[in-house]
Order: sequence, then structure tokens, then C-alpha cells
Amino acid sequence: MTTWTTTTSASGNGSTAERADGAVRLRAEDVRLAYGEHVVVDGLDLDVVDGTVTAVIGPNGCGKSTLLRALGRLLKPTGGQVLLDGKRIDRTPTKEVAKILGMLPQSPLAPEGLTVADLVARGRHPHQAWYRQWSGDDEDAVATALEWTGIADLAERPVDELSGGQRQRAWISMALAQGTDLLLLDEPTTFLDLAHQVEVLELVRRLHREAGRTVVMVLHDLNLAARYCDRLVAMRAGRIVAAGEPSEVMTEALLADVFGLDARVIPDPVTGSPMVVPIGVHSASGRPAPGSPVAR
Amino acid sequence: MAAVTMVHGPGRAKVPGRRPLRVGPLSTVVRLRAAAVVAVGLGVLLLALAVNLGLGEYPIPIPDVLAVLLGGGNTGQRFVIFDLRLPRSLTGALVGGALAVSGAITQSIARNPLASPDIIGLTAGATVGAVLVIVFAGSSGAVGGAAAAVGVPLAALLGGLLTAILIYALAWRRGLQGFRLVLVGVGVNAMLVALIQWMLVVTGVYQAARAFVWLNGSLNGRGWEHVWPVAIALALLVPAALGLAHVLGALQYGDDTARGLGIRVDRSRSALLLVAVGLASVASAAAGPIAFVALVAPQIAQRLTGIARPPITGSLVVGAALTVVADIVARTALGGTELPVGIVTAVVGAPYLLFLLVRHRRRSRG
Repeated sequence: MTTWTTTTSASGNGSTAERADGAVRLRAEDVRLAYGEHVVVDGLDLDVVDGTVTAVIGPNGCGKSTLLRALGRLLKPTGGQVLLDGKRIDRTPTKEVAKILGMLPQSPLAPEGLTVADLVARGRHPHQAWYRQWSGDDEDAVATALEWTGIADLAERPVDELSGGQRQRAWISMALAQGTDLLLLDEPTTFLDLAHQVEVLELVRRLHREAGRTVVMVLHDLNLAARYCDRLVAMRAGRIVAAGEPSEVMTEALLADVFGLDARVIPDPVTGSPMVVPIGVHSASGRPAPGSPVAR
Repeated sequence: MAAVTMVHGPGRAKVPGRRPLRVGPLSTVVRLRAAAVVAVGLGVLLLALAVNLGLGEYPIPIPDVLAVLLGGGNTGQRFVIFDLRLPRSLTGALVGGALAVSGAITQSIARNPLASPDIIGLTAGATVGAVLVIVFAGSSGAVGGAAAAVGVPLAALLGGLLTAILIYALAWRRGLQGFRLVLVGVGVNAMLVALIQWMLVVTGVYQAARAFVWLNGSLNGRGWEHVWPVAIALALLVPAALGLAHVLGALQYGDDTARGLGIRVDRSRSALLLVAVGLASVASAAAGPIAFVALVAPQIAQRLTGIARPPITGSLVVGAALTVVADIVARTALGGTELPVGIVTAVVGAPYLLFLLVRHRRRSRG
């Protein structure tokens, strides 16, 4: 059994320079994930190293989001375990976990009419109690989170009146206010146009570089994943097929294997990170057949 | 995280719209508009209580009502107010408040204003319990004494709890979806209403008539034995609701978001639901299922306060005031004939229900 790790080899790029000591923050050990009888992920191992930005990529229904939910203790594994800083996440009080690990679900729901300030303030929940609902620390953290994401001037606007990009920044701001070292983001760029996707990923990069956050996110856009992350984890049919630096993972062979995609991979002319140029879909193996356990 | 330096004077909000209030280790956000709603609501409630206490075959002017309440007045006035009218008005206020808080909780949990105790069958469940006692326990005359003071509230509580467990079990599917809860609740409600009809049919005419008046939500002839159970339930459960309000706010987001914030979602939701069931059941036991208060009052309170969910304290005050005002209308609208208060609240509440349904359809289409 291979433990896929997101640890870099010696050749780190600029963004990995700030990494502390390469400690494993989050680890999945022989994890089996299922919804009822339906097994989505089986025998999966993964290490998330401190100070990295990791993207989980793979075709629809390969278990990316399911894996992220398990890493964020939203889904309890039916086998194996998830360790946060070496301790079993399901045996750590959930409120303690919430002070270390923040999670932004895919298309989260906000109550109608809620203001941005109230949404972001909700991120302070793990630090609050019924008698302590708005401490000085809470106020500072929320003000800082609003500044970071550039939405301080929208604070009193209702969330449902924001544009898609603003709304996503508000939700990221809430996760920031939570004050956690680790952030798990499930498709943070979904439903955004390209400019806003880049805006969100630039924000994630700043969080990593300037605030030292460790980020794991599910991304669909392979080129953006290769460009903004220092680790890629490629999944197919509930298993990790490859993990490592974008240049190691993003190969023509892997794209054929994981996505069933004929593509050229060339260096992106701006940053030199691998760039996928699709040619077409081939019928070879790689995509889960309809009706197989992982097709959803 | 890198600190962002900001210059602010003392007491000024660093986050717009969230003005802090801190005393020692205690801290909260001051919402002036919500506080104003509570203050004005209390004023309306007290005024309505004074008017209601003066109404009846033996009218008492408001200044005299106030004098009696402050210890003055003559013996006759004191008897009429303290023994006859005050228990009725207080029952109305307490029941209205209890139903409204119950509604505020269930609507927040389900993230749907339709998920109020009278729509999803909680009050019907409590009613089944209460009707069982009214129909089968009081062998002669009105249900009184122990059966009224303890039997009816306990049977109602049991009926409400069993209904809540049933709805929760049927609606739960890898988490709780508000709309599913509403649909299941509507179905369960229909079944329980049928069960009540069946009980009315199989029992004697006399018992059925007595149950029928009660079923319309009546404050008629309420005595102190009706006041105490609701007062005790409110004294215990409203502080519990306020203590859990903070968690209730977080439960309004999706389950995944709430779990990510460190909330034990199922446990918190069960505790809150228990509080809501307790309030709705005891309130129904005291005055019958007064229609639509639990649906409408929290929504009015939410709109008045401008907060993104029904507020607990605001709903309490609005529900109490609404019910006492409705009782005044019920007692005066038709001259000599007193209507059950539930008919008045239904006249106001039913159109509001239609409005919610139409709006919901528009939104799900658009």
C-alpha cells in the first residue's frame, strides 16, 4: 500500500519556501468512504503537509468531494481513519477541530437576507459561547477577514444581492474568520467566470504565502490547478492515481488514464506550469463505465 | 494571519452593523432595531391586556383596571379582574408567546417558514393527547381539577413528543431537509386531524361538544389552573431556547457548514426541537390549538427586526401581543357573541399561509 503524500521533493518552487518543517497536518489512512451501501472511496491513503496548497482533481464522481468531506470530518469513514495533527479527527471534540480546520462546502447555503458582516461573523462560532458572542478577538478577526478578501465595503449588504464572485469571497472570508491553519475548499471556483476564478485562486495563494495557511481544494480546471497549487492529487474511481508536483502529475499519460482525454501538455507560456491542450476524448479505459460503483 | 492595522475610537464597531456590547466576559452584538421591537411589542401587549381586562358584561374603564392591578379598586372589581379575567388574558398572552417561540425554533431548524408547529402536525399531535383526556377522562361536567391542570398538559406533551419523533424519523434522510420535513409534517398532520375527528365521532355528543370548543382554540373560562402549566413551561423553556439561540443561528446554514463550525448538528437540533415541542404542546393543552400564531408571529417578528431569522425574544413578545389583540377582537367583533380566539387568528393567518405558498412557488420557479 502506497501512501500518497503531497510532500515535495528537493525541487520546491518559490511558494514552498515558507513551509515550516514539512509536518503532516492531515492524514488519511486506508480510508473507506461510503454513502449507505454505496462505496465511493476504498483503501485510500493521503498526507497533507503543512504549508502546501493541494488540489484534488479527477473526473466527476471519482470521490474528490467525498474525500474532502472525510478530511473535514463531515463524513465518517466506514474503514480506516483520518488523523489531524496525529490525532484521530473523529475522537477530537468537533469544536476543537473547528479551531484548526475550516471547511467551505460546495455551494453553501446562507439564510435569506443575511448581511455579509453577519455571515463572516458566523465563522467565529467555534470561539464563542452563549454568553460570549462578540468578543474583541471576534471583532478583530472578522474585520481582518473582510479586509483580506476585499469586501469590507460590502459588509452591510445582504449576501443574496452579491455577484457570484463577491459571494464566494464572502464565504472564504467566513472560513478565514474562523482562524484555522487548515482550509478545505470544495470547488471554490464553481459557477464563476474565468476572471473571478483567477481572483479566488489569487486570494488562496495570498492566504498561503502571506498568512501561512495550508489549503486543500477540489478543482475542476486543470490548468488553474496546475498553476495555483504546489501539489496535485489525481483521483479516479475512488483511488489516488498520482500525487506530487504539477509537473510530475500533469502528464499526457495521466490525462489519458484518469480522464480518458487525448491531450497535449505544454508549458504555459506565462509561468511555465504544465498546460493542458485537449485534443479529444478517447474511448479507452479511464472513465468509469455507467453503472459502476463510482458513477454517480 | 497578518494583522491589518485599523484605527478606531472606543466603542465604535470595527465591523459595520455589528456594534459590540461587552461587560466583563460577557459579549454580544447590540441590535437597536430588535430591542425597539421588543420594547414596542411589550407596550402593545400591556395596553391590550388592560383593554381586555376591562371588557365583559361588567365593563371596567382602563384607569380602574390599572388601579386594581396596582392593588386598588373595590372588592367587586378585584374579584372580576383577578379571579375571572386575568387568568384568561394571561393564558392568552402566555400561550401566544409559547406558540410563537416554538414556531421561531422549528422555522429556523427547517430553514422554512412553513415548518411551524401547526402546519407540520406538532400541535395536532398535542391535540390528540389532550382530546383523549377531555373526551375520555372527564366523566361528568367540564374537565376540571387534576385532569385539567396536569392530565391535559401531560397528555398533550406526550402527543407532541411522539409526533415530533415520527416526523423526524420519516423526514430524516442523511440529514434533515426543510422542505421534506414540511411535506412529511403536512401528511402526519392530516392523519392526526382524521384521528381527532374519529375520536369526536365515537364519543358522546356532550364530550364532543366540549372538545370542539377547545379545538377552536378558546380562551373562554380559562382559570389559574390553565395559567400555571404554561407559565412554568415558559419559565423553563424560554431560557433554554435563548441559551441555544446561538447554535440555532448556525443551524440555519447547511448541515455541512454547521458541522464545519464545530456544531454537533443532530444533537443540537434534537435539543431545540424538544424545546419547541414542549412549548407548543403545553400551549395547546391550555387553550387548544390557536391557529397560525406559531406560523405568523415569528415571521412578523423577523420582518420587524430585520434579522435574517425569526428572533426568539421578538417572537415571544409579538406572539403574546398578537394573541391578546386577537382575543379582544374575538370578544367584541360580533357584539354579544364571543368567538373562540382561534377563529380570529385563522382569519389573519390563513391568507398569510397562502401568501407564503404563492411566494415559495414563484421562487422555486424563478
